[in-house]
Amino acid sequence: MPEVKTRTISYSTAINEALHEEMERDEKVFLMGEDIALSAISPATAGLGDRFGHERVRNTPISELGFTGAAVGAAMAGYRPVLDMRRIDFMMLAIDPIANQAAKLRYMLGGQVSIPLVIRAPEGGGSQNGPTHSQCLEAWFIQVPGLRVIVPSDPADAKGLLKSAIREDNPVLFVEYRALYSLEGPVPEGDYTEPIGKAAVKREGSDITLIGIGSQARNCLEASDLLAREGIDAEVVDPRTINPLDVEGLAGSVRKTGKCVIAEEGHKSGGVGAEIAASVQEAAFGALKAPIIRVAALDVPVPVHTKLEAIVLPSTEKVVSAAKKLLS
Amino acid sequence: MSEDKAPLSEERMQAMYRDMLRIRRFEETAFELFEQGEVMGGIHVSIGQEGCSVGACSTLREDDAILTTHRGHGHSIAKGTRLPEMMAELLGKATGLCHAKGGSMHIADVSKGHYGAHSIVGSNMPMAVGIGLAFHFEGKGQVAVVFFGDGAANEGSFHESLNLASIWKLPVIFFCENNHFASSTRVQYATSVADISARAGGYDIPGVTVDGMDVLAVHEVMVEAVDRARRGLGPSLIEAKTYRYFGHSRKDPQFGPYRTEEEWNEWKAKDPLLVAEEILGVTETQKKAHLDAVEDELQDALAFARQSPEPEPDDVYEDLYA
Ligand SMILES: Cc1ncc(C[n+]2csc(CCOP(=O)(O)OP(=O)(O)O)c2C)c(N)n1
Ligand SMILES: [Mg+2]
Repeated sequence: MPEVKTRTISYSTAINEALHEEMERDEKVFLMGEDIALSAISPATAGLGDRFGHERVRNTPISELGFTGAAVGAAMAGYRPVLDMRRIDFMMLAIDPIANQAAKLRYMLGGQVSIPLVIRAPEGGGSQNGPTHSQCLEAWFIQVPGLRVIVPSDPADAKGLLKSAIREDNPVLFVEYRALYSLEGPVPEGDYTEPIGKAAVKREGSDITLIGIGSQARNCLEASDLLAREGIDAEVVDPRTINPLDVEGLAGSVRKTGKCVIAEEGHKSGGVGAEIAASVQEAAFGALKAPIIRVAALDVPVPVHTKLEAIVLPSTEKVVSAAKKLLS
Repeated sequence: MSEDKAPLSEERMQAMYRDMLRIRRFEETAFELFEQGEVMGGIHVSIGQEGCSVGACSTLREDDAILTTHRGHGHSIAKGTRLPEMMAELLGKATGLCHAKGGSMHIADVSKGHYGAHSIVGSNMPMAVGIGLAFHFEGKGQVAVVFFGDGAANEGSFHESLNLASIWKLPVIFFCENNHFASSTRVQYATSVADISARAGGYDIPGVTVDGMDVLAVHEVMVEAVDRARRGLGPSLIEAKTYRYFGHSRKDPQFGPYRTEEEWNEWKAKDPLLVAEEILGVTETQKKAHLDAVEDELQDALAFARQSPEPEPDDVYEDLYA
């Protein structure tokens, strides 16, 4: 295999590069969102307004329902809108065009249209932003057939998957963890994409499988380092896309280790972890040596207070103790 | 002439000026505390917009309701919210109004008719319609005032709320503080009309634009709207033109890339406190006395907040269900 040249960039720079490259490659790609035209507001969209002009990098009024519905229309009419929701919490105002329209139109109209729309939804807690500015809501959207849901956890996946999402002919919810924006990592040079629907092993191991989504893929990697010091060899797998979910990719690891912890930042009940646990046990029940354990946010809103917030949210330590519990 | 329409006594005018000072000094103090890392979560200050909050709330009874936004310290204080508990909320204490769950963006003091600051832009307007509906059922002449920004006037909820309140003739006052920006977005770019009050026409309700830097002018237009609402004649839309002197939020610099120092200086010359001193005829001695009293009140509030206990771990489960 030819050696791939990489350089180290941040998660937000990776997103920024993907947007630059795809706008360069395809003039049908355009952006809409609140405060995206001025570079200072988000590093993910910095420079795009200057580079591509305000026709294609469109600042919107605070009208989430309006501009999301407009994006669905523009997508039907042959364009490839990419939306910036600032926070997934604000996207709740636009559920109708996402769930009732974008996800269903192609099916409902007998295949006459496709909706090549990407909705970038930054999310996550840990910054004392409180109940309405900390939510992780990707689980809601795996209940909506017709959408793709992608959750990258490092710069390389952020870039490669965003480029694939923009080229995808279906509506994609692209979830970005704000806490990962400053995370640095190697990203291949050139026109680099990652396939939608494939899990990735982020660390190989043989004793236990840690499945982590978004911010928790990072925590699982940190947990695997801590566990290694105690002689526990954990494998870390990141589903990367949760619709479609690469059940075989996840089950393959569990068949090897026989034990599994699933970590996510969303709430535990009805979460992505619940879906993964059910799918993995259907595929690999015979290989499981213990019940699957979920680490997730408690089933309460995320409070502002630092200490209360830390109690509610999952963490590396919580992953470590779940893993140890399974192995004891 | 209804009670609302009686001319303002000297005492009430002084009280209005003092409330403006209380807000200014509370927010300056909160911002300092924030910069020292003592505040939990973010804050959005309304410094420069005190003429709006005080002009509007000075027309209300304790059993009237307000709802506000992420930039709600001013309205909270003007409606009588308890300062020590408000300060405690900013510092993340168990004694805080929201028990350290909501922070600055969700200050509420329902005992004083303050139904909350709401951080999802536009979310407070439909709820104000509902409170107005409850007041209509109650028949006691109460009114609900909802404060929101120029940016919020572009949410669908604004339009749906105006229409609902209009067809049901509800006692709701939609009070738009047009501070000319929604984060980095200038109102002229984002808004279809030059005056947001013009949108009232589409809903067949009164709409007025007023100088938000002039507390008395705001008071006067509010008196009209409150009187209408109490008499069962329905909602009004008030737009107060104003300016925020600080950045949008914690990370946004004072001038930002979206406005010039020159523009800022023009608005600074119209500081609502200076305007109030002039039109209310506040003397230097009076000003000094007010400032001293406000400082004492603030120091007491801060002492209370600092001495208050942190929440307990089990508090995360408190108040989720009734
Ligand atoms: C539904 C929703 N969209 C976006 C945001 C992010 N946001 C918070 S404040 C703000 C600007 C609000 O502008 P305006 O209504 O004029 O109020 P101001 O900040 O000027 O007081 C934005 C976009 C939000 N909180 N809620
Ligand atoms: Mg504004």
